[in-house]
Amino acid sequence: MSAPELPLSLRTNPRLDRWVRFGAAGKVTVFSGKVELGQGIVTAIAQIAADELGVEPEQLAIVAGDTTSAPDEWYTAGSQSIEVGGTSMRRVCAEVRSLFVEAAAAELEVAPADLEVRAGEFAVPGTDLKRSYWELAHKVSLARDYSGRPVLPRKSALPGLVGTSAPRRDLPAKLGGAAYVHDMTLPGMVFARVLRPPAYGARLVALDEAALRSAPGVVAVVRSGSFLALAAEREEQAVAALEIARRAARWDAPPMPGQTEIVPFLMGLPARSSTVYAKGSAASAGTQRFEATYSKPYLAHASLGPSCALAVAEGGRIRIWSHTQGPHMLRGQIAKALGLPDSAVEVMHRDGAGCYGHNGADDAALDAALVARACGRPVMLQWTREDELRWAPYGSAMAVKIAADVEPGGRIVDWKHELWSHTHVKRPGRGEGIELLAAWHMDPPVPVPPAADLPLPAGGGDRNAVPIYDFPHQEVVYHFLPEMPLRVSALRALGAFANVFAIESMLDEIAAGIGVDPLELRLRHLADERAREVLRAAAQAAGAKRDGTGRGIGFARYKNLSAYCAVVADVEIARQLRVRRVVAAVDAGLVVNPDGLRNQIEGGIVQAASWALKEQVRWTRDGVALHGWEDYPILGFDEVPDIEVVIVERRDAPSLGAGECAAGPTAAAIANALYDGLGVRARHLPLTPERVAAAMN
Amino acid sequence: MSERFTLRVNGATHAVRAERNTPLVYVLRNDLGLKGTRFGCGTGHCGACTVLYDGNAVQSCDTPLWAAEGHEITTIEGLGRADRPHPLQRAFLDEQAAQCGYCVDGIIMSAAALLARSARPTRDEIAAALGRHLCRCGTHLRILRAIERAASEMAR
Repeated sequence: MSAPELPLSLRTNPRLDRWVRFGAAGKVTVFSGKVELGQGIVTAIAQIAADELGVEPEQLAIVAGDTTSAPDEWYTAGSQSIEVGGTSMRRVCAEVRSLFVEAAAAELEVAPADLEVRAGEFAVPGTDLKRSYWELAHKVSLARDYSGRPVLPRKSALPGLVGTSAPRRDLPAKLGGAAYVHDMTLPGMVFARVLRPPAYGARLVALDEAALRSAPGVVAVVRSGSFLALAAEREEQAVAALEIARRAARWDAPPMPGQTEIVPFLMGLPARSSTVYAKGSAASAGTQRFEATYSKPYLAHASLGPSCALAVAEGGRIRIWSHTQGPHMLRGQIAKALGLPDSAVEVMHRDGAGCYGHNGADDAALDAALVARACGRPVMLQWTREDELRWAPYGSAMAVKIAADVEPGGRIVDWKHELWSHTHVKRPGRGEGIELLAAWHMDPPVPVPPAADLPLPAGGGDRNAVPIYDFPHQEVVYHFLPEMPLRVSALRALGAFANVFAIESMLDEIAAGIGVDPLELRLRHLADERAREVLRAAAQAAGAKRDGTGRGIGFARYKNLSAYCAVVADVEIARQLRVRRVVAAVDAGLVVNPDGLRNQIEGGIVQAASWALKEQVRWTRDGVALHGWEDYPILGFDEVPDIEVVIVERRDAPSLGAGECAAGPTAAAIANALYDGLGVRARHLPLTPERVAAAMN
Repeated sequence: MSERFTLRVNGATHAVRAERNTPLVYVLRNDLGLKGTRFGCGTGHCGACTVLYDGNAVQSCDTPLWAAEGHEITTIEGLGRADRPHPLQRAFLDEQAAQCGYCVDGIIMSAAALLARSARPTRDEIAAALGRHLCRCGTHLRILRAIERAASEMAR
């Protein structure tokens, strides 16, 4: 097999023993760079590994995200963990099994094809000839590179685990005790908090450090420029000292640009414009033109647990426990920020609260390292709820303008998509410089690195801006906004959320304008059979619409490369817009864990409904106006719709990343349902009661 | 100024020394090692730190230490452990009613309080009882189903 066909993780981590190690009799440990973020990936990768090796799930342990032992797989992001991390694990484990099958066959003097594997033992059925991984481990060295040699097909006495809804490995601990990085305790540990500035770019000009040091329990006050952290013996003492610091600190803050409607706000910023995609040439005259502009606001991750990290500094070395998405990337960034070689920093992933992209986890890790280095004791550093809402990066606001030309026969022939957006990736370690908050606040401050976005085909702001539909002429123009008045980076689905919302809304506008059923209009322009099937499956499962409700549909293939997802939403408009029922159909190729996939789609729908109906980051000239949950309401238990997920089975097709595919289709389906029910076209998210009322006038 | 307090937690008596206004969540987590009570916001808005206080669900982040003395406090660890799960914990596993799981322990405590006063609540009643809880991953429906499942198993 030629190298370029290998998944990236395997190309850069070819050593087999980086992925698989046999321990005491009956135990094997696999190592993954893809970490648990609440999405169930550790369970799914363990299923893949256990299947390929031919061991029982109980025999297999998994270590995920550890710079001291696990492979460097960059980030757990972009719905790539099954596609790239899972595929790498599958290939490695298949090759490891093959090596052992050959060793067992040689020892037993049988043909490899005669051996069946079960619970880590290779046996010739009907005989007592058998050898286990552990009996053979001294003969088979895994200190060698993956070769890509043809592997023997797995012959197992048991059906595989892949394709079954194995229960999550991490849940039992989480349902009743210590389970998260937040819950770790180290001997002699102190509790730390950071006093974040009141606004972006604010400088700390005065602070009575002595008064702070004499506050009860305070063991360290760490100040460098505008970075201020403190540590105390007890957690409540750190919280109390933080309040003292907040009252005492004097800041010099430049004003932010005031908040206006998103479309003029973004279009008023300097842009670097380029055509990122073009196909065909403009159509003939005599067409009907549809034109509209859509938008979404800045959105917060708003994880339930504020970011947290533990750190220990000893003998010039730093050890960090973090809920980061990229332990190896974080290690490099911490080393750079502290002026240490990479080898002096260890990062161990520990689970955190839900992660939907680049949140405050990495920032908190540097915060903890700085305090640990200053006070010489193990540190648990916890962000406040306000820190999390104000300082974690946001998903960029976006404006999308679409112009479409439709022939008299109802075919869309021209499609121009323009978008205005900041970058959707400012992940630590991805570009030059240091993408960690404290480094920007310290003295001397490290400059905030310039923004660059991910290019197509995956895309960042332009993710899913290229319609999947067969419009003969298509053009996508990206007005990239390098200036970022608010801190932005990756939030679930990146630009796909706004782009799909806009494309699927425009299709609905055209369908209504020319009097064609919205599903029929989509099918008319879709050659991809998998796309067509997903749309039909969603429509069929949704059944007949109930009286008094509005129904809308939304569809996309995530990144035009990953999972297909069609969503049908039914809404009711009484006192306010309420999403009553959502039916989704998804084709994610071979599904490793069907319940895990359902959980991701259900969660994606609820989160996207929350974004679409309620969420927006507000700010004033004094800074971001988010201080607690009361400033950033999310969908509650009494507001969630009923959800049904239909999985379109494709057992022979490669697995496709599915964690983010429901977001855009859900928002579009809701807005389209609102139009169906009320005749009101709402093009700007969130669809708050005021917005809906404004759209009616 | 730090004072001595005597707490009844999960049926056992504990002596702790802390300032009287210390939020109960920190005492439970750091002095008693009961980490299933999670810190989420510190202002009683998210429900991650919910415990039972004489059988009622309260947020331990805005319950001061002094107010806990003389009352029966129950945390998720007092409800059940991995080897002896409470029907609610079992139902949450059966329904795989979590993604990140950070909100879930607090929700289970509110559900326990609800089921103690209403053996077979309707879905609307369950949702209303979770009015002070947030879930960001979007596992609401699984959570509602898990509580219904626990209710029906406990009613048998």
